[in-house]
Amino acid sequence: MTVAQGIFYLIAALAVAGGLGVVLARNTVYAALFLILALLAVAGIYILLASEFLALVQVLIYAGAITVLLLFALMLTRVGDLEETMVGAQWPLAVVASILLVGLLITTIATSDWPGDADGMITRIPFETLGEALFRQWAVPFEIASLVLLIALVGAIVLARDEEGDVEEAE
Amino acid sequence: MEAVAQQIPLEHFLVLSAILFSIGVYGVLTRRNAVLIIMSVELMLNAASINMVAFAAYTSPAAFTGIIFAIFIITIAAAEVGLALAIILRIFRNRGTANVDEVNALKW
Repeated sequence: MTVAQGIFYLIAALAVAGGLGVVLARNTVYAALFLILALLAVAGIYILLASEFLALVQVLIYAGAITVLLLFALMLTRVGDLEETMVGAQWPLAVVASILLVGLLITTIATSDWPGDADGMITRIPFETLGEALFRQWAVPFEIASLVLLIALVGAIVLARDEEGDVEEAE
Repeated sequence: MEAVAQQIPLEHFLVLSAILFSIGVYGVLTRRNAVLIIMSVELMLNAASINMVAFAAYTSPAAFTGIIFAIFIITIAAAEVGLALAIILRIFRNRGTANVDEVNALKW
């Protein structure tokens, strides 16, 4: 086994362990911390695939911002029935469904003939090339994505704040 | 970095992505707390992103469309989490629960 393979299997094992922790942990905060482990492992996969920019974005936005947001939501919705909301009654069916799904996917992957393996080279995309493509070729999707973010955040503020109109009507 | 592709076949990345996706599916099906369901959805989104980046690196290195796709996936995921958490907070304030089985006002 070469060094690259060893690193890949280590990172893959970390990602799968983190994922299992997210869905199996009995404590919600532990589940969020396992999610950070899985997301950081995915960032490692991105680095193996020579996409440093994505790895940086993954660490900053996913492992940093989104997980903090999730932890805040967990804190703000602390309720007494937390324990019984951890696992639903239909979990044996879910086990069967997800094992069938992973079996189906892996059989498909193993039996399919994937193109592009011949030369065996991964080219590193420099930040400049990526930025130029993002702001020239993909400028319209980029602007639409920023509009989606703006609308989603304004919507989130409107949804989450206390409505003053309701209080006045009540009085 | 260039040597990685000769040592690790594309299928390895695809299998890792399939496993992570199925774990996410299991989480969405079993968890009843809305925030934990969102976490499982994030796992599934990450599995899809691994696929995108692996295909970009192995099949079309010059176009790197998959990397652009992954960037957009992360952007939309951030928007989705912000909005979903606002909705969950609203439901929690109105009904005092984050259990998705108890939010059944639209059910007959």
